[in-house]
Amino acid sequence: MDPVRHLYVHLPFCAHRCGYCDFVTVVGRRGQHAAYVDGLLAELELERELLAPELETVFLGGGTPTFTDPGELERLLAALPPAAEVTVEANPETVTAALATLLRRNGVNRVSLGAQTFQPELLRVLDRVAGPDDVRCAFYHLRDAGFDNISLDLIYGIPGQGPSELEGDIEEALALRPEHLSCYELEAKPGTRFAHVHGEELRRQAEAMEGYFESVVETLVGAGYRWYETANFCRAAEADTRGRDLRSRHNLAYWRGRDYLGLGIGAVSTVRGRRWRTSPRLGPYLAALSVGRRPVREVEPLADSIRREERVMLGLRLDEPLPVATIAPSLNPEKLARLQGLGLAELTPLEPEHAGEALTLTHRGRLLGDAVTADLLA
Amino acid sequence: MDLERIRNFSIIAHIDHGKSTLADRILELTKTVSGREMRAQVLDTMELERERGITIKAQAVRVNWQGYELNLIDTPGHVDFTYEVSRSLQACEGAVLVVDAAQGVEAQTVANAYLAIENNLEIVPVVNKIDLPQADPDGAAAELAELVGGKPEDVLRISAKTGKGVAEVLDAIVERVTAPSGDPGAPARALVFDSSYDQYRGVVAFVRVVDGAFAGREPLRAMAQGTRFEAEEVGFFSPTMKAAETLGAGEVGYVITGLKDVSRLRVGDTLTSEQRPATEPLPGYKDVKPMVFAGLFPTDSDEYPDLRDALERLKLNDAALFYEPETSQALGFGFRCGFLGLLHMEIVRERLEREFDLDLLVTAPNVAYRVLERNGEWLEVHNPAEMPRELDAVEEPYVRASIIVPKDYVGPVMELNNDRRGRFDHMEYLSPERVLLSYELPLAEIVLDYYDQLKSRTRGYASFDYDIAGFREGELARVDVLIADEPVDALSMIVHRDAAYARGRALVERLKEEIPRQYFDVPVQAAIGSRVIARETVKAKRKDVLAKCYGGDITRKRKLLEKQKAGKRRMKQVGAVEVPQEAFLAVLNLNDGSKK
Repeated sequence: MDPVRHLYVHLPFCAHRCGYCDFVTVVGRRGQHAAYVDGLLAELELERELLAPELETVFLGGGTPTFTDPGELERLLAALPPAAEVTVEANPETVTAALATLLRRNGVNRVSLGAQTFQPELLRVLDRVAGPDDVRCAFYHLRDAGFDNISLDLIYGIPGQGPSELEGDIEEALALRPEHLSCYELEAKPGTRFAHVHGEELRRQAEAMEGYFESVVETLVGAGYRWYETANFCRAAEADTRGRDLRSRHNLAYWRGRDYLGLGIGAVSTVRGRRWRTSPRLGPYLAALSVGRRPVREVEPLADSIRREERVMLGLRLDEPLPVATIAPSLNPEKLARLQGLGLAELTPLEPEHAGEALTLTHRGRLLGDAVTADLLA
Repeated sequence: MDLERIRNFSIIAHIDHGKSTLADRILELTKTVSGREMRAQVLDTMELERERGITIKAQAVRVNWQGYELNLIDTPGHVDFTYEVSRSLQACEGAVLVVDAAQGVEAQTVANAYLAIENNLEIVPVVNKIDLPQADPDGAAAELAELVGGKPEDVLRISAKTGKGVAEVLDAIVERVTAPSGDPGAPARALVFDSSYDQYRGVVAFVRVVDGAFAGREPLRAMAQGTRFEAEEVGFFSPTMKAAETLGAGEVGYVITGLKDVSRLRVGDTLTSEQRPATEPLPGYKDVKPMVFAGLFPTDSDEYPDLRDALERLKLNDAALFYEPETSQALGFGFRCGFLGLLHMEIVRERLEREFDLDLLVTAPNVAYRVLERNGEWLEVHNPAEMPRELDAVEEPYVRASIIVPKDYVGPVMELNNDRRGRFDHMEYLSPERVLLSYELPLAEIVLDYYDQLKSRTRGYASFDYDIAGFREGELARVDVLIADEPVDALSMIVHRDAAYARGRALVERLKEEIPRQYFDVPVQAAIGSRVIARETVKAKRKDVLAKCYGGDITRKRKLLEKQKAGKRRMKQVGAVEVPQEAFLAVLNLNDGSKK
């Protein structure tokens, strides 16, 4: 059995909950950071045998990982297995010079900074605490501590954000010269406070937002970034002084259908044809692990046909060709031909050393990726 | 039974005016049904009849009253079944005309009263529901007397619910209705006024014997159709089937024919004996022709054989139902069905969905057209998509419509009728408050939403009825719809030339709303022949992809994908365009849409 080489660790603690967020978060409970890190380490021990001794990637997501008590964060980082890429998500207001140094000395080599927007009034709509200067400040702290791979998260389609504000946001972000950018359209996820307050407005501007997406892609590609996944951009290797591949290796693992282990409340793992999600409830999680038992999980078996469909669904988000051989039984040949005819999908021969063909979406096909995928699998 | 001691009558009434309740009380009062067996609306056997409170199939019950044999022939109240009503009335000498004391005379009452008068029936006018607090028995009696040309004091006042006055109704039937005439010694003749299909015994004919007598085990012949069979049994309803030795002149009852197909024995035909046949059939046989047509398609194409079987079974008991296979490039395999009218269509559809558990897509109804082709031949067209583009003349069916409204609403109703190409015939005051308007209207103008419009413009006060008046030539145009330059047969419509532009425009606008955006721009056009009269474009979508998808999102994302796939499967492919099934019904709601 291939050991798992990708590890996700969920740190749920936040200073407060943002209105648009539907992640598993815990607000308050400062006293429980130590107990939670104990729980994570106990869970890691229980699953250790699944993991390779040396990992490709570790990703600390949240919540706000950098809101975790610094001592506990350091204890956790020190205890995690070594990996080639170690990413931590951070909120600008939590990033001090001391924190940046702490991350750096504990093997973190990539930081994903939740900037979202540089307009103060839009940050308020999103319930974000940080101001635009906090974002820049955090970015420079990280650079000063030696981070040479920083990603910025941007959100577009915020109620009140017109095309000029969006342009301004991208300009501000580019001025910081980040290695990586993730750009998300704001989704009013059902059940969030945000959907309740702004859902109607988001539906109204849905058609205008289609244009936003196009212009984000166009601007970033024009600025020398590679649109390597639907919502993710990295500085192109040619544009990097050291010629690095700056794609998120951890997230690439998801999109390429690799196995991954998730630790912590609400975390999802996919290992050897099984997917499980740990219960999002903090109390029972801690209680189970304190007596050496696994926390409650929701398990979903993944049949071959489902894995193939996911392979198509995720693989087509990338700008790399998807070998047809592995997914052929799930593809609808008539629809494929039709999509080719419409200039949305392409079949190309694989590299010389492999036989067979690969499927890629054209630029426009990628903008319409969900509909195209639904057609291909129909 | 001596002819002098027989009375044959029916009860006619507007829906909900109490016909079935009166019938129930009569059965109780004459001890035909014991109190224990009594349940509301004994005569309405079908589940749907009971639920909607209407009678679809006529039945006949024999009751005894003061030494007289009374045959109550139940009739359907609705005009869609006018032909069946008139056959039932032909089997009677009298009719009890029931009017609700609170509602007064309604359009249906008028239509039925005229039918009864045309059939030379003695009318016993009755005002029902006099126990209701809002009842106005004097007002209703005055309207009734005016309608049938009698005196208000001759109008009986009853409450079928409490039983008050019901005995007087029976007495009046004996006194006022004439005994049947007929010759007991002549060769046997009986009018088939209805039939039903019994799974075990085949077609059961409901008959009124005019001359001679019929007995079981006797070879019989239906004179118009020439169908021959042996009567397995004769008898009468009391209220269940009771076999009898013979059915004599003047009597009403049933004949079990053993025939396996209702279409072989049509309502209106005359039965006679093979051994001593009559020479002349009774008058009045005519073939009923469906006037309203619609395509019925299973939502799931796998259900096509089930739909075919279901229609076959309905047809067993409903000789007026017409169907033939239809293939639509947009909707697949289905049937083009013909109905007597809108209610008939509604009933068939409900029975298919309820009794046979089918999920149906019913296209907008259209009427039958008569087309004079260039080669000089007449063609009957049941489907707009089959209307020849080159022709000399088109005729469409017209109806005589009676509309009764409070006088304040005369203006709005006239306006509506003018919009619908109505020709004013006459107007009369039934009372100082209520007006009867007579119009001739093209049937095509009432099949879509006329009744709803009428109700909304008169705050629900109008009552409406119609019967077919015949075909008239019209200035009609066939409007076709093209989606991405492909003509869509299921959306073709036939409209008056003057309305073609507005209807085409409204339909195209409606379709623009219904058709989801595709990978490319989709032009939607309405055209008469090669001339485009309206055009809209469904703009191509530019983006359809969820922004975020990481390890924790995959399952949710896959479920969304499943939904998107399922949505695509429900689409019908028109050329390269995916069109939701609902879009094919766009034409149904055209009038709401164009008025926004």
